[in-house]
Amino acid sequence: MQDIEMTMAKENENDILQELTNREYEHGFTTDIETELIRRGLDEEVIRTISAKKEEPEWMLERRLKAFRHWQTMKHPTWGHLDIPEIDFQDIIYYAAPKPKKKLGSMDEVDPELKRTFEKLGIPLEEQMALAGVAVDAVMDSVSVKTTFRETLKEKGIIFCSISEAIREYPELIQKYLGSVVPYTDNFYAALNAAVFSDGSFCYIPKGVRCPMELSTYFRINAAGTGQFERTLIVADEGAYVSYLEGCTAPQRDENQLHAAVVEIVVERDAEVKYSTVQNWYPGDKEGKGGVYNFVTKRGLCRENAVLSWTQVETGSAITWKYPSCVLLGDNSVGEFYSVAMTNNYQQADTGTKMIHIGRNTRSRIVSKGISAGKSQNAYRGLVRVNAGAENARNYSQCDSLLIGSQCGAHTFPEIDCRNRTAILEHEATTSKISDDQLFYCNQRGLSTEDAVGLIVNGYAREVLQKLPMEFAVEAQKLLALQLEGSVG
Amino acid sequence: MLKVTNLHATVDGKEILRGINLEVKSGEVHAIMGPNGSGKSTLASVLAGNEKFEVTEGSVEFEGEDLLDLSIEDRARKGLFLGFQYPVEIPGVTMANFMKLAVNEQRKFRGEEPLTAAEYLKMMREKAKIVELDTKMTSRAVNEGFSGGEKKKNEIFQMAMLDPKLAILDETDSGLDIDALRIVATGVTKLHTEQNATVVITHYQRLLDYIVPDYVHVLYKGRIIHTGDKSLALKLEKEGYDWLINEQQ
Repeated sequence: MQDIEMTMAKENENDILQELTNREYEHGFTTDIETELIRRGLDEEVIRTISAKKEEPEWMLERRLKAFRHWQTMKHPTWGHLDIPEIDFQDIIYYAAPKPKKKLGSMDEVDPELKRTFEKLGIPLEEQMALAGVAVDAVMDSVSVKTTFRETLKEKGIIFCSISEAIREYPELIQKYLGSVVPYTDNFYAALNAAVFSDGSFCYIPKGVRCPMELSTYFRINAAGTGQFERTLIVADEGAYVSYLEGCTAPQRDENQLHAAVVEIVVERDAEVKYSTVQNWYPGDKEGKGGVYNFVTKRGLCRENAVLSWTQVETGSAITWKYPSCVLLGDNSVGEFYSVAMTNNYQQADTGTKMIHIGRNTRSRIVSKGISAGKSQNAYRGLVRVNAGAENARNYSQCDSLLIGSQCGAHTFPEIDCRNRTAILEHEATTSKISDDQLFYCNQRGLSTEDAVGLIVNGYAREVLQKLPMEFAVEAQKLLALQLEGSVG
Repeated sequence: MLKVTNLHATVDGKEILRGINLEVKSGEVHAIMGPNGSGKSTLASVLAGNEKFEVTEGSVEFEGEDLLDLSIEDRARKGLFLGFQYPVEIPGVTMANFMKLAVNEQRKFRGEEPLTAAEYLKMMREKAKIVELDTKMTSRAVNEGFSGGEKKKNEIFQMAMLDPKLAILDETDSGLDIDALRIVATGVTKLHTEQNATVVITHYQRLLDYIVPDYVHVLYKGRIIHTGDKSLALKLEKEGYDWLINEQQ
């Protein structure tokens, strides 16, 4: 299976191989006999099985079943600017134990195309090996690295573990916070996720603690084997601070076609959370075959004086559907959303944010940069809502679209719902194209067209990229350029 | 260095260049003058490789190679520089970053190692002095919000950074006040050596007070109809182009 995945990375394979691998991908849910699977389909028995395999307490099973019963009453949403093929939810296997990846002996065995991508992204060799599935233990003592991290965090009282572990070890925290920001009743995929989530991360920063490291660094090494229905819960207690990075710039291949994750963030009084995402799932091939459907619900709740900042760079997936949002419940709380969403070939993205102003003097800022190339469709969808009690709320929104070529589409659906007269809301929007004159100018200074496009796109996205943790900003820049290869000229 | 023979070029099927012959040798300065619409800027664009134009006839040799066979970027890397009449803005990309890429592309092409950050900064400071460019400008986005004078200074700054063999300056004097004109023109003169060559396209003799040309060509309806020395520019300034055009007919 891995070999097939690798092969899919190659763009110019001969037709037969391409057809074969694509077909393989279309039916990506077909079994891999070696892994521990449960039967296809979804019913209460399946949910009981998942819960049992996770050795969950009874209350967790009850939560799952409640969510499932609710999900059964719901219909698949249709409001997105997306063309989603019908998904047969009874044709999916909802639990597969993490598949032991076939370990490769050395980097020489790794697909050259994948290696080329790693090199272009500038990912350190040790990480290349970990990501490509080379047996790293011999090279890098990853266990000790993890242990060091874990000890540093433990000293500060920070909990960072898998959600399954958290359910067993910290039931009081989970019972208090899980589903408190995104209840299972929220939407179709949130309900599905609440019923069947396989794994994910839990992070708790105690009162007054500033997390001493970017959790990105830790997370990246631990990121291998993320699940199909991920569940993430981050709690920053009063006055705490954490910067968290999800995902990875390296290409992520996954045989699961449907990804429906839920991320919940609780930002207590005076606390601050920065959540950065780099999403680079398999986008499908140049003809639009295959690729991941990424339907995500992300939301944070801000208490008094809290700050929540979302930064996302979305380059992967065949279909992306996500709206990281901030509920500004406490007075003086601040929500931010910085986004670069890039689509190429036949990719579709419908993404944006919701800023819900409830407390007084709440502020929010939205900077969205869409980039469409090929035959892709890219939509910004946003809601700024100011409730009646949100005195002196402020919002600034900027939605820019950049078109590359003439066959792609950019759309914006900004919605403002203001119920308080003291609010000040600003909205700016632009649409631009990379002009021939810009390319000629760059070419004349000795830059190739591909480099020029990369440069122009990065310049355009700069304001957002600057918000990423340093090491990822550099990689994300390269990623944007890489994803556009061959889209111009 | 540059040999243009019977060059014809069209845009949207309309013939703009109709048989240009021009030879430029190392150490020379050529001025190209002529009435509006005679094809001056087109000639500059075609030599740089702008794909808006189609070469229908003729040949161009640059440093012994067929120039028309090369991509735009390879022409640039080989040492052909075009100073733009209307420099283009690239939002979000700092001038320093842009030039660093350009300089290192050229070095790569020549088989040289890329410059270190320290070497590059030093080079940038030195070259900025040539056109009295405030180095703070280099941390601004390429040409974004630059005044007319700053844009032109910035073109010559880039020329200084890239040290071209052949610089074609397309109306570098347009839109400049008297002081900026002096600074830009003096900058070009400072960069001129026996190993490189400069072609300036201009409407005005005053630029040629600073950049003294060895030859002055008059372009009219896509052809060079007259070539003289620097005194020709003075005569044109006084008498206009009519006497030459009449001579043609």
